[in-house]
Amino acid sequence: MGKKSQTSSGNSKSFGVYMKRYWQLYAMLFLPLLYLTIFKYAPMVYVQIAFKKYSLVKSIWELPLADNHGFEFFIKAFKNNDFKYALRNTLTLNLLDLLFGFPAPIIFALILNELCFKHYKKVVQTIAYMPHFLSWVIIYSLALQLLAPTDGLVNMVISKMGFDPIPFLNDGKHWIGSYIGFGIWQNFGWGSIVYLAAIAGINPELYEAASVDGAGRFRKMWHITLPGIKPTIVVLLIMSLGNILGGGFDRPFAFQNNLVMRVADVIATFVYRVGIKGLQFSLTTAVGLFQSVVGIFFLLMANFISRKLGERGIW
Amino acid sequence: MKIKSDADKAWDVVFVLFCLVISLMCVIPMINLLAKSLSETDYLVRNEVYLLPKGFNLNAYATVLKDPKYIRAFVWTVFLTIVCTVLSLTMTTLCAFPLIFENLRGRKAINIFITITMFFNAGTIPNYLLMQKLNLLSNPLVLIIPGVMSVYNMIIMRSFFYGIPDSLRESAEIDGATFFEILTKIYIPLSKPVMATLALFYAVGRWNGYSDALMYMREAKYYTLQLLLYNIINNINQVEVATQEGFSTPGLSASLKAAIVMFSTIPILCIYPFLQKYFIHGVTMGAVKE
Repeated sequence: MGKKSQTSSGNSKSFGVYMKRYWQLYAMLFLPLLYLTIFKYAPMVYVQIAFKKYSLVKSIWELPLADNHGFEFFIKAFKNNDFKYALRNTLTLNLLDLLFGFPAPIIFALILNELCFKHYKKVVQTIAYMPHFLSWVIIYSLALQLLAPTDGLVNMVISKMGFDPIPFLNDGKHWIGSYIGFGIWQNFGWGSIVYLAAIAGINPELYEAASVDGAGRFRKMWHITLPGIKPTIVVLLIMSLGNILGGGFDRPFAFQNNLVMRVADVIATFVYRVGIKGLQFSLTTAVGLFQSVVGIFFLLMANFISRKLGERGIW
Repeated sequence: MKIKSDADKAWDVVFVLFCLVISLMCVIPMINLLAKSLSETDYLVRNEVYLLPKGFNLNAYATVLKDPKYIRAFVWTVFLTIVCTVLSLTMTTLCAFPLIFENLRGRKAINIFITITMFFNAGTIPNYLLMQKLNLLSNPLVLIIPGVMSVYNMIIMRSFFYGIPDSLRESAEIDGATFFEILTKIYIPLSKPVMATLALFYAVGRWNGYSDALMYMREAKYYTLQLLLYNIINNINQVEVATQEGFSTPGLSASLKAAIVMFSTIPILCIYPFLQKYFIHGVTMGAVKE
């Protein structure tokens, strides 16, 4: 690469000298690069079955091209009602996460920053980080214990006060609320770490100057703290926008139940159910490829728009 | 020095109270669960347990600790977590360290090769077919190897390494130290904060992850604790459970379920507060360098 000329003229003798010293670094890189080749690059070979008729007995290179110039399974996916629901739900849940889950850590960081008791602040932080360390299976079981219609803590209180219990986890609309709520619960503390670090990096003289000018607490928050953490907010917002069609498997899968599948099935769980359980490999690989490509497109778009608006992009 | 107005003091109180409410919202679910796990089943059935246990007893925990199924999953998951953390840290270090040397030939190409994997993932099914091809399905190694290194964590470690003064390694190079010696004698001893952070990230990831076991593992004896928990909560294999516990109703009693959840949560809850000062640095570095 471009660095070659820097260290040597590139002839075989100096290459020998270079390798005699540098072979250890290549030896160190060997296993990690082998790992990436096998577990990140080799699966890309299988992406082609999105365009082919899958069969267990043939090698993937010999598979015949699917109908419609290979796009048969993409067409099938968009005619599949379950996929349409999964696509809609993925977008809905991610947008709601963005709307409610994204600002939560920022607000929490701003409020923590206003606390004047150091020890109290530290205790609050430690407690707020706790949910991040729980698995989604455990969070769902906590949700069940809290929100179950008869014996959940919240519904016990609601019943005691003389109201009807609320089907938090068994009715579509309420389920979405619970899902988003527990998402915020899990992430608001952990997400605030980055913002707190950004706040700590703001020049304290700015605050002092503002105080001298008579700015109050909220003016300083609005005119100094928020602009100070804006670059961090923008970077994280771009990444969230890039992930608008993505999203993990663990959270929706743990929260799903048969009563709410209409609103709870997302692309990741659809692919698992129809692909791995239902063995429709070509269809679900097409869905996965669609998701990846659109995801990259969204990321590039968000980055482009952010730069057009005069903000720093992520690259 | 600074004189606060009454309005300012009032806002201080508001913020303190707000944080108190937030903290309570974080711990109440856990306290409720703990209370249920320590309560007599009769009180649970009558919906009388809120935040304090009623009819305090440890029977549910005794049942969990006597059942070889849970103990097995627990020991297996602890073993997996330790092995994965050690292997992951090793691989991450081996990948991050060479990349800080600017005169390493091919460094730019290697960086591009690594970065691409962050943006394009082949997807669930291609990964599954690869595991099938490699004969890893239902093989215990499938819970270790496929996730052995996270590129994101590697970048965090690399930025930490960049922060170590070049002069340290340059003087060692002049003294004739090999790169391996520079790594083990200079970089690793100076990297405790990032090692602790990434060890926590990898360990939590392995401890809490269940999707790989769900997709790739058919042998029940290699189920991780979280997958077992998932099956219990959703009453999968309820017939087996019901006959074993001698219940007429499907699934386990509420106190037993609560005890199992506590049992699989406590290890991590005991560790993370002690690593707090480290992981705060790790998270910040990852975001800043991105």
